[in-house]
Amino acid sequence: MASRSPDSFQSTPQPSSALRLSLPVMFGYIPLGIAFGVLFSDLGYHWLWATAMGLFIYAGAAQFLAVGLIANHAGLFEVFVAILLLNARHLVYGLSLISTLELKGWRRWYLIFALTDETYSLLSITRSGAQNNSLQLRIAALNQLYWVFGCTLGAWLGSQLDLPTEGAEFALPALFTVLAIEQYRAVRRPLLFLVALAIAGLALLISADNMLMIAILLAVSLLLMARGRQADV
Amino acid sequence: MSEAYLIGFIALAALATFLTRATPFLLLSKQADHPLLTFLGRYLPPVLMVLLVVYALRTPLVEGDGLTQSLVSLTVVTVLHLLARNALISILGGTFCYMVLVQSLMPLGGQ
Repeated sequence: MASRSPDSFQSTPQPSSALRLSLPVMFGYIPLGIAFGVLFSDLGYHWLWATAMGLFIYAGAAQFLAVGLIANHAGLFEVFVAILLLNARHLVYGLSLISTLELKGWRRWYLIFALTDETYSLLSITRSGAQNNSLQLRIAALNQLYWVFGCTLGAWLGSQLDLPTEGAEFALPALFTVLAIEQYRAVRRPLLFLVALAIAGLALLISADNMLMIAILLAVSLLLMARGRQADV
Repeated sequence: MSEAYLIGFIALAALATFLTRATPFLLLSKQADHPLLTFLGRYLPPVLMVLLVVYALRTPLVEGDGLTQSLVSLTVVTVLHLLARNALISILGGTFCYMVLVQSLMPLGGQ
């Protein structure tokens, strides 16, 4: 490593470099995918549907939320809005990657489709350039492969074995708590979190069945009002 | 539940996820740095995470059954995450704690 010139570093990326870079993601995605799959298998659907979700939705938090929404038989409009907003953070990822992303055609669209938190964090450390374009693509594809593998394995295990899964659904609030803590580390506004908690409580009092939709509408309206006042000043 | 519902569900969830990832690229240079997008991209996620924690716990919150077990496990998640800051450890640790509680120590529907 030490003797390698900067020149060779640029011209011939090691075949294993995408694998090496994505290794930490593998250790995260496969167990988390298995957890999703096991949880999904409790819904009673064929395990291949978990594979389909990993392939087509490919979003950790959204898929965990999906298990809860499917169990509730949530309305499809609610599903659309909830997942759209859950993934709103991806707006920021895209913004900061536009200049690095040089791929064209389907490769470009695949990379955008596959832009999870973890893939984003890996892509943000790759530089632009022809060699890096294929490196980016391989990283994205490997990460999705780990995820789909985990989802499938978990759902298959859940359908084959009689696992003592009672209580496994707690993975959902646990995941959101972890994400909330991470959000707090990024956006240190205690008031924002307290107001969100109050909104959630209020929505729960209004209607426990529709609380997510009510809370989202309230939160977005409040945010837009706050933003409007900010812009006026 | 019908598979038609699941197909519609997966299609809409996939579309919603793709839209959030593709929007900045679709708008590209013209509106990509629109302050409103940046504003929502920054402040919606923290608010939504809090809403989702409450949403995911609405059954114990409303019915009371399992509330103690949930709060104990939630504390485990938080402490683990503040100490180790490894999402997987925090989630699995908290879930394991909840599973042990409801499967043996404090079964649901007891009180």
